[in-house]
Amino acid sequence: MGLKRNVSLRDALRYQGKGPMLTFILHRISGLGIVLFVSLHVLASFMMNQPWGAQAGVFINSIYEHWLFQIFIFFFVLFHVINGLRITLLDLWPKLIEYQREAIWLEWSIFLPVYGMAFYVLIRGGLGG
Amino acid sequence: MNLRTAPQRGFNFDYVMWLFTRLSALAMYLLALIGLVGALLMGARQKMSLADLMRWAFMPEVTHVLNTNVPNIDAWKTIFWQGMGITFLFFASAHGLHGLLNVEEDYLANAKVRQVLRILVTLIWIATNAIGIYVILTS
Repeated sequence: MGLKRNVSLRDALRYQGKGPMLTFILHRISGLGIVLFVSLHVLASFMMNQPWGAQAGVFINSIYEHWLFQIFIFFFVLFHVINGLRITLLDLWPKLIEYQREAIWLEWSIFLPVYGMAFYVLIRGGLGG
Repeated sequence: MNLRTAPQRGFNFDYVMWLFTRLSALAMYLLALIGLVGALLMGARQKMSLADLMRWAFMPEVTHVLNTNVPNIDAWKTIFWQGMGITFLFFASAHGLHGLLNVEEDYLANAKVRQVLRILVTLIWIATNAIGIYVILTS
């Protein structure tokens, strides 16, 4: 018994799923971003204390401390955390799935002010304010 | 065209990992909350910036405290916080790398490619845990 999957990546991206689809795709992108960031950060922190890799380790970690990078990683982490809480609660209590759209609105109403404030602080610090 | 087998209902690996992804998310909210409260109890309110506090909450590791105004880091590198860090690392790496497989398998149907990637991701998972635990215990 097989499930036929001939949807190309291009078609998947053109799918008009509106709000829920946007959170789905952002959850994937932010998740992949965090996996890349955390794996490289663990590796760089290890290399920092080794004589053969100190330079490369310090270089990678100095990218992470840059304010431009932090604007991205904070978006990824905060979105993944808030959206992940919605997914977890709605999946573990399936009766709540009826209110999925309301939950997504609630999610954005928490994410936007918190991220907005952090964005303002990061931009102000980064531009030397 | 390669065919992908549909996930089966019932108690199997797919179901266990589906549940693990949700439960590890809940566990990580709890761990981050404990890290946040612990840091505040140890004086973070006056000696740490918000960014440093977030960094500590997501990974209670002593090198995350070195650039703050905390004068004495002894309380921040106890066995308790190292254990918390290792627990967080375990949940985060399993949750994240299984998520990576989940995404990748939605777009790649070839059985050989998927098998190779599964082995590769498992090896990356083991290596990340080993390196991470070494870093937490030696820093």
